[in-house]
This record gives sequence, C-alpha cells and structure tokens, in this order.
Amino acid sequence: MVRGFGWAAAFPDEVWEHVFSFLAADADRNAVALVCRAWHRIERRSRRRVFVGNCYAVAPAAAVRRFPEVRAAAIKGKPHFADFNLVPTDWGGGAEAWVEAMAEGWPHLEELRLKRMVVSDDCLELIARSFKNFGVLSLVSCDGFSTAGLAAIAANCRNLRELDLHENEVEDNCLNWISHFPESFTSLVSLNIACLEGDVNTSVLECLISRCPNLKTLRLNHAMPLEKLVSLLQRAPQLVDVGTSKFSADHHPELFSKLESTFAGFKHLKSLSGIWEAGPTYLPAIYSVCESLTSLNLCYATIQSPELLKFVSRCKNLQRLWVMDLIEDNGLIAVAASCKLLQELRVFPSDPYGVAPPISLTEHGLVAISAGCLMLHSVLYFCRQMTNAALLTIANNRPNLTCFRLCIIEPHTPDYISQEPLDAGFSAIVESCKDLRRLSLSGLLTDRVFKSIGASANRLEMLSVAFAGDSDAGLHYILSGCKNLRKLEIRDCPFGDKALLDNASKLETMRSLWMSSCSVTLGACRQLALKMPRLNVEVIDERRGRPLESWPDDFPVEKLYIYRTVAGPRSDTPPCVWTV
Amino acid sequence: MPTTETGKSSTESEVSGLDYEETQLTLAPPGGSKSEPEKKRGFSESIDLRLGRPALEAHAKDPASGSSHGPVSGAGKSPASKAQVVGWPPVRSFRRNALRSCTYVKVAVDGTPYLRKVDLDAYAGYQQLLTALEEMLSCFTARDYTNERRLVDPVNGAEYVPTYEDKDGDWMLVGWWMFLLHARD
Repeated sequence: MVRGFGWAAAFPDEVWEHVFSFLAADADRNAVALVCRAWHRIERRSRRRVFVGNCYAVAPAAAVRRFPEVRAAAIKGKPHFADFNLVPTDWGGGAEAWVEAMAEGWPHLEELRLKRMVVSDDCLELIARSFKNFGVLSLVSCDGFSTAGLAAIAANCRNLRELDLHENEVEDNCLNWISHFPESFTSLVSLNIACLEGDVNTSVLECLISRCPNLKTLRLNHAMPLEKLVSLLQRAPQLVDVGTSKFSADHHPELFSKLESTFAGFKHLKSLSGIWEAGPTYLPAIYSVCESLTSLNLCYATIQSPELLKFVSRCKNLQRLWVMDLIEDNGLIAVAASCKLLQELRVFPSDPYGVAPPISLTEHGLVAISAGCLMLHSVLYFCRQMTNAALLTIANNRPNLTCFRLCIIEPHTPDYISQEPLDAGFSAIVESCKDLRRLSLSGLLTDRVFKSIGASANRLEMLSVAFAGDSDAGLHYILSGCKNLRKLEIRDCPFGDKALLDNASKLETMRSLWMSSCSVTLGACRQLALKMPRLNVEVIDERRGRPLESWPDDFPVEKLYIYRTVAGPRSDTPPCVWTV
Repeated sequence: MPTTETGKSSTESEVSGLDYEETQLTLAPPGGSKSEPEKKRGFSESIDLRLGRPALEAHAKDPASGSSHGPVSGAGKSPASKAQVVGWPPVRSFRRNALRSCTYVKVAVDGTPYLRKVDLDAYAGYQQLLTALEEMLSCFTARDYTNERRLVDPVNGAEYVPTYEDKDGDWMLVGWWMFLLHARD
C-alpha cells in the first residue's frame, strides 16, 4: 500500500507533464495543482498559458515566479465600463509592470494579448527587444502608444506571425512604420490594422504581403482608397479573413470589374469586415464571396436596408453577423430565412443619440431571428422598443442562448404596449436559458427581475445593469444568488450599503464589481474593506477635494470598483482613486 | 407617456429642448476653456452655437438613486434626462468616433480656394449648421446689414446662397442664403 500521496512518484515528472498537457482549461490545471505537492510542482513548471483577468489581482513578479515556462499570456486591465467613458483616463491599467516582469522572467514568451491596458511605446520597444521568439501581439481597446512603437515591433520581431490591433487609440507619428519590417521578414500570418487612422504606404504593404505566403488574415484601415485596396488584395488570393478599407468611390466600370475579379479569386474567404462608408455601387462586385462567408462584420458599414438585405441574404453559411440597425426588421426577417446556421448576432445603433429620423428596427426583428435561427446562442441588440411578449417568445424559441445583451436606448423604457416593466420578459430569458453566461439588462425594471435572476441564472458569469431596480433588495438578490457570477457592473441604480455588506464574502468569489451613480456611502466601503482584506475597494472621485480620510461615513460614493486580489492595494493609483 | 414616444418625436423634442446656454458658440480652439464666447459682430440676435456635441454633462441624479427606498418611477421623465447621459447608450468611444467621420462634408465658397470639412453630426439642426457655416466663412463675405440674414460678396455685392450637390451630381438650393456649398455624401 502506498503511503499518503507517494503514488505520484510512481511515474516520472515528464509523464505527469504529458498527462497535464491535455488539460486546456485553466480551471482544470488549477484543480490539478491542488492535489499534492508533487503535482503542484509539476503543473506549475509545465503551464504554458496564463490568463490574468484583472492585472491588479496578482503581482506580475508573483505570476512569473509561479509559472516559469509560460509561452502565452493574456492580461486585462481597465473595467469594462471604461469603454463608455465611465472610468477616468488616468485610472490605471498600465502595462509596464507586467512587461518588465515578463521580460525578466519569461524570455521565451511567444504570445502576448492585452486588453484595455495603457501600453506605452517604451513597453512596445521592451517587448520587441526581450522575447527572441515573439510571435503574436494582440492589443485590444488599448491606448498610450503610437505607430513609433509599432515600428519597433516590426523591426525587431523576426518571427512575428500575428499583429492584431483591435479598436485601439493609436497616435500616428511614424507614417512609414510598415517599412520597418525587414526584407527578410516573411512569417506574417495575420495583420489587423483596422484601427489606425493614418495612411499606410500601399507599395510597402504590397511588398510585405507578396513575401508572406502564409498570410491568412488581412484587415486594413479606413484610409486606403478602393483602387489601392484592390491591387493589394490581388496579391493574396489565399486570404481567409479580409477587412477592407473605404468601400465607396466614384463609379468606374474598370474598378468595379477589378474588384469583382479580385474577390472572385478568393477561394478560401470565410470572414469579411470593414466596408466602411459603403455606397450601393460597389457592394454587388463582391457577391461572389457571400456563399462562403461564415463571419460578416458590417458594423461600420452605413449601407441602407435594401442593399444590405440583398447582400446578407446571399450569405447562407453565416455563423456570425455584426451589422448596424440600418438592416431594419425586414432585413432581419430575411436573415432569419436565409442564414440558418447563424450563431451570433450583433446589431449596433447607427444613431445612438437619436438625432436622425428613426430606423425601423424593433423587437420584431429579434423575434424573427430567434425563430428562424436555431443555432443562435449569442445576441447583442440595440433598439428603441421592446415588449414582455417578445422577450417571452425569444426565451421560448431559443433556450440555448448563452449571451443575451439587450440595450433599449432610452433608460426606463417600459413594455410599449402594456406599459409594464420588462421584468416578466427578462425573467423568462433567465428561466428558459439555463446556460446563459452573459446578460445585459435595459428598459424599465423593478426588483422583481433581480429576484428571478438570482434564483435562476445559475451559469451566469457576467451581468450588466443600468437604470434598474427599486431598492437594495435588487442587489441582494443578485449577490445572494447567481452561483457563478464573476463580473457585475452596475450604474444608476438605487442599490446601497446594506446589500453590499450583507454579501461581502460573495465579492471574493467574483473577479470584480463596478458600481457608479448608486447609493453607496463611504462608511460602507470602509466597513467592507475592513471585513475583507483580500478585496481592493477603490473609491473613484474626480472632484478632487480633501483626501478620503477626512470625509464622513455618509459621504456618497460616485464610483466604486471592488476586486479580489492577492497583491494588496496597488501602488499606482492616480489622485482620483482611493483604495479604502 | 414620454417613454412610448417614437424616435421621431423624441428628436423633435430634443431639438426644441436645446437651451441657448447649451448651444454656446465657443470660438476658442478645440478643448479650450469654457469662457465667455467672443461675440464676433453685430448679429444681435445671433444664436450662440457650440461647434461640437451637446455637453456630455453627468446625468442629473436619478430621482431614486439618492435614497435606498421607493420605486423608480418610469412615468415622469425629468427634463434632465433629455440631456445626454455620460456613457449611455453603451457605445464604445471608438465606434462613436468612427461613425462620426462618416458625417463629414466638404464646404467650399465659390470663387475662393477655401475648403473646410464640417461634421454634420455636430449640429442638432439645419439652422444651426447654416449659422455656423456663415460664421466660418465670414472672412470671405460681408454682412448686409439691411437684411441681416444675407451674405454678400464685398466686391460686387452678389449674394451667396448655400447649395449642395446630391448623389446624382445635381446642385440643389438650400434655404435662402447665397453661398455655395459643395456637399458630397
């Protein structure tokens, strides 16, 4: 009989390592690490990928020390509501601390993905110099860098395969950064520069594309004229994923047929995006690729409904569709009839501030999609009206929904037919969709909806709430239910101290909680911080008066960000942030 | 019920709901301080316009958020809710900026090399746009004070009328001013 956990020694470490290599999920690897010391040691030495959902949850040096052989890291910084200007620009999320620690401890790092972080040019230069085998750089919703930093990446990362720049704020101070890729550089597989404002030298780009035979993804930016785009794309008929530039120009029959033949040459195209400012003129030129597309992103394409409808209804194999509300109900009804394989739909508002004439996109479009697209599991939908009946229908049609984000543009909008709150509708969604992982609420909602969510949404991981609820009970229902809740973000709701303090321990089971324009007082934050030492309770106030210590307990907290951490209070808080 | 109005009626009330204070013309550089606007000249009843989006003022406290009890009433909407709320609807600033660039038009004054890009999104209404253009292009014209609403060429006294070029390339008259607008969709 083997004593204690001696059985672990029955096999050499390499065998266990090999076994563990089949565990993809972090949760599984974490579980393995808790079994015994030997497994903890073997697992940590063999972990190749880390995901840090909150850059302040752990000290960079600690992460690097624990997992010395990491090859791929993904790190997230600012809270999600930073996307909507709710987080002060100097809040934090700087990448330097992480990049410095990684440069020191992970010289073999190959992949780095950063989201919502502040990345300086110095950081990019450090990345470029520190990792000999660097292959993948992905920056999503980041800021703080310029094209000069990109030039450093281009010049030094000899084995770069992927450069993915998605919706970053990039300063354009180095116009020819693309020319910093050396002539010997041929390893590019994926290039996404859609977010860059400035012109990119087309001839340099053409040379780059020509010498990179493995290029599969090319997403260009808005600035490139259509003629240049066409001559570029002609050099890479092997592309699987294309993001075009501006899709409008004066009508020239020659350009039209060039565009047509270029796109007809794409035998493997699966994903299409860009199509900025598309007029009806050139869209028909690319009908030939519709049938093969599985992913179509027209969320920046201001195409009107008839043309949009004609285009999208040819895309019979579409799995993902991102589109503007210009598609209207008619368009969505056509999609429901044509795109039977649709899994993900996102409908963005063309006119969020309501200045233009109204678009005919209502709850009917979404109901049609829910009825016609049996594989639909992910929805993001901006609209101006909704009914409980529609939500009930959607819930019954699509119990397989995993992500349901509805944004009714005007806060507090009730069911426009019954004038009731939309509690019943959203309750139906959470009760029917047992695998729902992400939910965003909108419209007129009372505490009742939160009772349903707390009770039924057992798989829910992320919840976004705005302008909803009546009282603390609403928040209490959520925090005392929702077993798997990781991220909760709330704005403009009458939720206060009691619910927070009664559910303090819940907060340590979650990644983070954001509350702004609610009814939380400083006193409650102080109590919470005292009770829960492994939470950082950050009070954010941009009015910059006296220091936090001098404010009374009943001081109303404007913005509150609470997250679990093993790193203690952070040292880089700006003047407007206090860790209580 | 205010909340059941269609998009159209909410647009109308938004336009009429614009207070003059909200639409102050600041002739400072972008991002400059919000000091007293320079009143350029004697257009005495000039509508003060801000060349930019209406103020993204923080939404006035939701009536229910100050207390932890009491239901949120969906019935009455406070006048403040008509103003833009920070970060609502939840549209990424990246998307907002990207979409905005689609609404730029080029404005030229006939017979001059002057060309300006104007963001149509920045104006809540047509009148505001025309007034702003008049301000912008004022150096090429003089005001005819007999009728304050006309712009005239200082040399030959000809009037300027705004016109625009539509998708088919035709020049369409816009209002009763007379300066030439090259506006391309």
